[in-house]
Amino acid sequence: MTDLAIRCRGLVKRYPPDVLAVNGLDLEVRSGECFGLLGPNGAGKTTTIEILEGLLAPTAGEVEVLGRTWAQDPAALRSRLGITLQETHLPDRLTVEEILRMFRSFYPRGREAEQVLGLVGLEEKRRAWYDKLSGGQKQRLAVACALVGDPELLFLDEPTTGLDPQSRRQLWEVVGEMKRQGRTVLLTTHYMDEAERLCDRVAIVDRGKVITLGTPRELVARVVGQEVVEFEAPVDRISERDLLALPGIQAARRDGAGFSLTVDRVHLALPALLAHLDAGGVALTALSTHRATLEDVFVRLTGRRLRD
Amino acid sequence: MTDPANGPPPAPRPGPLDHSPLAQLALARVRAFLREPSAVFWSFGFPILLTIALGIAFRSRPPDPIRAAVEAGPRAERVRAALAAGQGITALTLPAEAARAALRAGKVAIVVEPTDPPAYRFDPTRPESRLARAVVDELLQRAAGRRDAFAVRDVTATAPGARYVDFLVPGLLGMNIMSAGMWGIGWVIVEDRQKKLLKRIVATPMRRRDYLLAFVIMRVLFLVVEVPVLVGFAVLAFGTPLRGGLADLAALTVLGALAFSGLGLLVASRAKNTQTVGGLINLVMLPMFVLSGVFFSSENFPAVTQPLIRALPLTALNDALRAVMNEGVGLAAVWPQAALLAGVAVAGFGLALRWFRWS
Repeated sequence: MTDLAIRCRGLVKRYPPDVLAVNGLDLEVRSGECFGLLGPNGAGKTTTIEILEGLLAPTAGEVEVLGRTWAQDPAALRSRLGITLQETHLPDRLTVEEILRMFRSFYPRGREAEQVLGLVGLEEKRRAWYDKLSGGQKQRLAVACALVGDPELLFLDEPTTGLDPQSRRQLWEVVGEMKRQGRTVLLTTHYMDEAERLCDRVAIVDRGKVITLGTPRELVARVVGQEVVEFEAPVDRISERDLLALPGIQAARRDGAGFSLTVDRVHLALPALLAHLDAGGVALTALSTHRATLEDVFVRLTGRRLRD
Repeated sequence: MTDPANGPPPAPRPGPLDHSPLAQLALARVRAFLREPSAVFWSFGFPILLTIALGIAFRSRPPDPIRAAVEAGPRAERVRAALAAGQGITALTLPAEAARAALRAGKVAIVVEPTDPPAYRFDPTRPESRLARAVVDELLQRAAGRRDAFAVRDVTATAPGARYVDFLVPGLLGMNIMSAGMWGIGWVIVEDRQKKLLKRIVATPMRRRDYLLAFVIMRVLFLVVEVPVLVGFAVLAFGTPLRGGLADLAALTVLGALAFSGLGLLVASRAKNTQTVGGLINLVMLPMFVLSGVFFSSENFPAVTQPLIRALPLTALNDALRAVMNEGVGLAAVWPQAALLAGVAVAGFGLALRWFRWS
């Protein structure tokens, strides 16, 4: 597992006159892992992924995919990749089966339409026209088109955005199957639960750069902590320093009409917090706790929420 | 077409065309077209409806009688009777004012003032007026005693090939080949680009020339249907002649389809959305609709414009189709037109490949 499926250094993509979509991005994706690029809209995820897919030329930087560059033999490299774009409209009046057979014909070797239909759970829709499919079915077909070439590396750009739960689970299955076969998956998403569940490692991208990188658990523990406690109360009567003096509280931050606390031992911190507020005569208007997530990591690092 | 014929077998084996990208792309084009009823109508039904409508409007009829008026006066009745004795002419007596008003309104072609000798009042810029003057003069001179110097023998010929519908059918065929190439290729490519389908398939190892070649295959396949349907209908319904060889006709239509496929690719090579390409297609086609002799002969335009009109691919196609269908000449006799079409095809494909925007 030491070899790399993707390596890029100092990636820059500039759209004249003044848009800098990717700003010196470095990335290493290991063979056989599922790697997630997380970040808000406009962070440069799609531009990055399209450069890696050989669909866009970078303004500067080096890209190696499966040990090759895009200058060498693009067709040979493409036959080892499977990709889904963020949006693709397949031909309306072709059936699922016909579309898959067409995509299959583009690859020198691969899996037949029949097998791939099973992987994405579209067997019953094989004779349905594309324009008669639901959004989730269309997306599953797009992923099936990426699988017909039996790819070593699969790119999924926001594969589950706006999907029904059944389609989401079906696509998670596909990623799981790829991993079991030792293939590599690079996906972008802004669903944190999805990233935590599917990805071995994630990189958080903001303003065209990787701002942090690691396994989801590492990132949460390193950047945020175990638990997050959020409460609302009249904030002018509470000081951050007093809160940090309480047991079990690692960090405190003003957040809207209250505070967001990072906590490692919630069983100590919570009673102490309540006692402190009570002693100061401060009335709580809301209180909640949750396990720290990648969303909290992002908020902590950028001060913004992912889906703004 | 590669579907197994008798129920789904447990493990379907790939058919012979399943792994040919060119065959799959061409099949996709053909299927998408046949499943779009409006596209099928515009390609196959519309030209036939147009042939029917224009064939009826311009059908051959016995010539209209010449309408003449005689101004009221003492000698009017003698003049009117002399005219009425002729064939293919009607004459009526009207007060002077009414007669002149009828001439101005085009209700009569000539007004005779029954003086001695008579005077003819007519408009020399109207062909039917000039004809009426000749016929009226002939009848009145003969009634006054003129004798023919010799007797002539009339040989009449109303032959298929000389009628309007016979002129029209090759023009409609040419027009159809042009629109099918421009819309069927230009529009469809830009639609693929706008829907990001082009970008998606360029991300596969598909050879790009296969994508473009599939359109040409589709066009040639559809010609095999379009041409026999329109020509067959015209032959059966209107007795339109088909004097030249079928092979010559087939070769010409293929050349025409290639030329307009090349132009279709060219207009589609850069356009990012279907509105743009729609405008470009109309910009290219509209001058040819008017100038290239679809509905009326391009000889009607002034002589100085003729070299330009001859250089238009639709003019070349229409002229060559008319020569083959109506005059029965072979391909060799229309080689300049054929060469022009081949040149347009080569230039169109060449430039389109250089400029093509793949994503």
